[in-house]
Amino acid sequence: MSSEGIVIDRLLKRFEGQEKPALNQISALIQPGRVTGVVGPDGAGKTTLLRTIAGLLKPTEGGITVSGLNALSDAPLIHQNLGYMPQKFGLYEDLTVLENLTLHAKLKDVRQRDMKAVFEKLLSFTKLAPFQDRLAGKLSGGMKQKLGLACTLLKEPKVLLLDEPSVGVDPISRRDLWALVKEFLGGGTTVVWSTAYLDEAALCDEVLVLNEGDLLFTGTPQALTTRLEGRVFQATHPSQDKRSLLLHFLKNEAVVDGLIQGDGVRLVLKGGATTELLTADVPMAWESVTPTFEDGFIDLLGGITERESELASLVETMAHQEGDVIQVEHIVKEFGDFKAVGGISFGIKQGEIFGFLGPNGAGKSTTFKMLCGLLTPTQGKALVLGNNLRQADQLAKRRIGYMAQKFSLYENLTVSHNLSFFSGIYGLSGKEQAREIDSMIETFNLRKYLNEPADSLPLGYKQRLALACSVMHRPSILFLDEPTSGVDPLTRREFWMHINGMVQKGVTVMVTTHFIEEAEYCDRACLIYRGLMIALGTPDELKQKARQEGASLPNLEETFIALIQDHDSKNPLVH
Amino acid sequence: MTAKIPSFIRCPSRRVTALIVKEFYQIVRDPSSVLIAFILPLILIFLFGYAISLDTRHTKIGIVLETTNPDMMDFAASFRHSPYFDTVMDTDRHAIEELLVAGRVRAMIVLPLAFDREEEERARAAPIQVITDASEPNTANLLANYIQAAWQTWNIQKLKSSGEEYKPPIQVIDRIWYNPASISRFFLLPGSIAIIMTIVGTLLTALVVAREWERGTMEALMSTPITIFEIIIGKLVPYFVLGLGAMSVCVLFSVVIFDVPFRGSILLLLGMSGLFLYAALSLGLLISTISRNQFVASQASLYAAFLPAFLLSGFLFEIKSMPTVIQGLTYVLPARYFVNTLQTLFLAGDVTKLIIVDAVGIVCIGSVFVFVILRKTRKRLD
Repeated sequence: MSSEGIVIDRLLKRFEGQEKPALNQISALIQPGRVTGVVGPDGAGKTTLLRTIAGLLKPTEGGITVSGLNALSDAPLIHQNLGYMPQKFGLYEDLTVLENLTLHAKLKDVRQRDMKAVFEKLLSFTKLAPFQDRLAGKLSGGMKQKLGLACTLLKEPKVLLLDEPSVGVDPISRRDLWALVKEFLGGGTTVVWSTAYLDEAALCDEVLVLNEGDLLFTGTPQALTTRLEGRVFQATHPSQDKRSLLLHFLKNEAVVDGLIQGDGVRLVLKGGATTELLTADVPMAWESVTPTFEDGFIDLLGGITERESELASLVETMAHQEGDVIQVEHIVKEFGDFKAVGGISFGIKQGEIFGFLGPNGAGKSTTFKMLCGLLTPTQGKALVLGNNLRQADQLAKRRIGYMAQKFSLYENLTVSHNLSFFSGIYGLSGKEQAREIDSMIETFNLRKYLNEPADSLPLGYKQRLALACSVMHRPSILFLDEPTSGVDPLTRREFWMHINGMVQKGVTVMVTTHFIEEAEYCDRACLIYRGLMIALGTPDELKQKARQEGASLPNLEETFIALIQDHDSKNPLVH
Repeated sequence: MTAKIPSFIRCPSRRVTALIVKEFYQIVRDPSSVLIAFILPLILIFLFGYAISLDTRHTKIGIVLETTNPDMMDFAASFRHSPYFDTVMDTDRHAIEELLVAGRVRAMIVLPLAFDREEEERARAAPIQVITDASEPNTANLLANYIQAAWQTWNIQKLKSSGEEYKPPIQVIDRIWYNPASISRFFLLPGSIAIIMTIVGTLLTALVVAREWERGTMEALMSTPITIFEIIIGKLVPYFVLGLGAMSVCVLFSVVIFDVPFRGSILLLLGMSGLFLYAALSLGLLISTISRNQFVASQASLYAAFLPAFLLSGFLFEIKSMPTVIQGLTYVLPARYFVNTLQTLFLAGDVTKLIIVDAVGIVCIGSVFVFVILRKTRKRLD
């Protein structure tokens, strides 16, 4: 057995009262001195794995050794040289940046005379030096994560465990975090970085891919993507719109995965399938593109399963409506002396997918709530179908559907009770109600969970149920606040298929997301930052805006970073 | 665990001091600890000081004066001038009876028409009827005794004024020690300080440790080289200091505002308060180790610390009159011993013999709590 690195040996962890193990017989070797990514969607078992390595959880079966030491029984020895950053920061919010660092330095036995130099180095590296006397609770999400990471780096650890350090962090801070780990540490540290962002996997030396407690893959990220070499294509058609193209191709069994990208669609084909198979009915331009880690992940899971949106087939095609169905004129929202939204205007046409992007705390949800009539704007007005929803009657409200951020269902009601309740408050009754509930159960495969309380559902099903509840009354406008947050990539694709399908029928969708790449699905997207709208346009227009001279078109994440940095340089913050 | 304690003794750890410093920053910046340590005791001491009293003063009684005998008029008047009673007079029995039934008077005294004749016949053995409302038995008992005493006093006075010498066969001379005026507040307040310190001490640690679990900082702490023993010391020391502050507030207000005498030595009080805090804080730690959630921890503190202390510590309800099983139960409550200590120190002075027993009791219980914490807590999340 290798004495260095982390050896995971047939590890099984089952939590009390849960049938399915959180980790199911996992064996892997995490190489010393390298960055290993633990990649997978929420509920995959990432946190459980990291906690077990840290000796904080007792394996049900099997075990872990860290540098030859048993993770459980030798925990005190391992803790001498361990850096561990839990998901909830582990910072004391009512201590300043410097006080947090001092505390952790002393807890880790950093020598008094070394402290000053280490602090200086870390503060400059994290760019936190100007904020060293600020309370940790008053830092932005990104700064908190950087401070949390800095606390683990005070004494160069032999093993560094980072539990989703980049979750809820804007892309710029995310880059800083990676730089910190890669550049600050010499080669002597074994880094385990868990993430739900599949694109981060490409930055790791090696990856463990987890899904629902199972280990799907170990190896270099390149090894995963090379399996897809020659199977990924960007397809464009001169006249047909990309949404119907995508829906068309997804019906084909040869397609493992499909997304909207730029002015066309991006397809992953089954091994052995060729583009001719697809080109037969729609003649179009094909271009082979480099596979991404996400393509590999979807392929590992066996590709998409839902090929047609049943939900969309239930929706009747709506009559076309001229003009903007949503009008927002210079809305402002102030909470005390804090300006959450500082004057935003836009209009949305019928049958459009309008994306609302921006880092956490930018003012997206606040704007959303003003549109839905849940908050009163301090200034300006927000009209939906010509109505101010704050005062509108029930009839007008019945024309919109709202899926709130985070699970907004009654967690201790069963699935069927939730469906009856929400259809009831939207005014459905009698046979119509029974029929609608039934078709939702069929569409979202909810039958097996019908009598389960909502909070016992897997996350993906909770989100499906929430979507079902918001569309049962056939709204013509849908507000979706982070509908795909925390769900696995396959469920995410299913959601977008429903959204695309409904939009084809004339439904208008306004959506927020923190998966920036999802903005590709939008007809137009706007970027909200510090309560202001700093950019608005089609995804390609936004990319053009951020394009460096002579460079190729950036992806959406690069676009997002460039636009924010541009805004920051023009509007320096006064601290 | 035993393997780690010596290493701690060998090097007075920087880690522990770092934790203590951190805790003090948090205390200063987060008002909740200060609220619990200083404002809560203030509110409670005022409540206990003003609201709870076992003295009968201004109790409403009804007097039925069916006779016009001057002696009886005089007897009735003696009640009217007493600070203990507020009297309602009537010549009609039924009117007063109605008041008694309605709960507007607590007792009625009937001086019947027959009084004159019978006095002549049987000298001082005239039948006076006293009816008390025993739906509140304590008050009823007290009233009956008060009225009896008033009757005797009046008799003696009357004899004296008519020049006769009253010579009872046995004379009782009562001296009330420690609390000569029998002011119930003097014995209630020291006891209530023990109750207040029970809830304050338990809440302080229960909430802060649960908060560390809730915010995820405990998870981070557990992955550092720190030991459970060090974490416990790091929590006990700061809140010990804060608890002593709360104690000072209570004692100061009892003595200055409520004029409760303090006859013991400050040093002994300090020592005993320290021991008691050790037990109360440990109970709080134990609660939060088990619950890991601020809401549950505060509820548990109420039920596990405050209620038993209030009911079973002997501060209000005499332990000797409880059923034997319950009496046995009171021995595991630190508050029982502390109530006794405080009542002794305030009213009697340094009765070392009694206080040593209390000290031993408190230390034993506290150490059981710490032992359980050390056994129960592992540096693990499951």
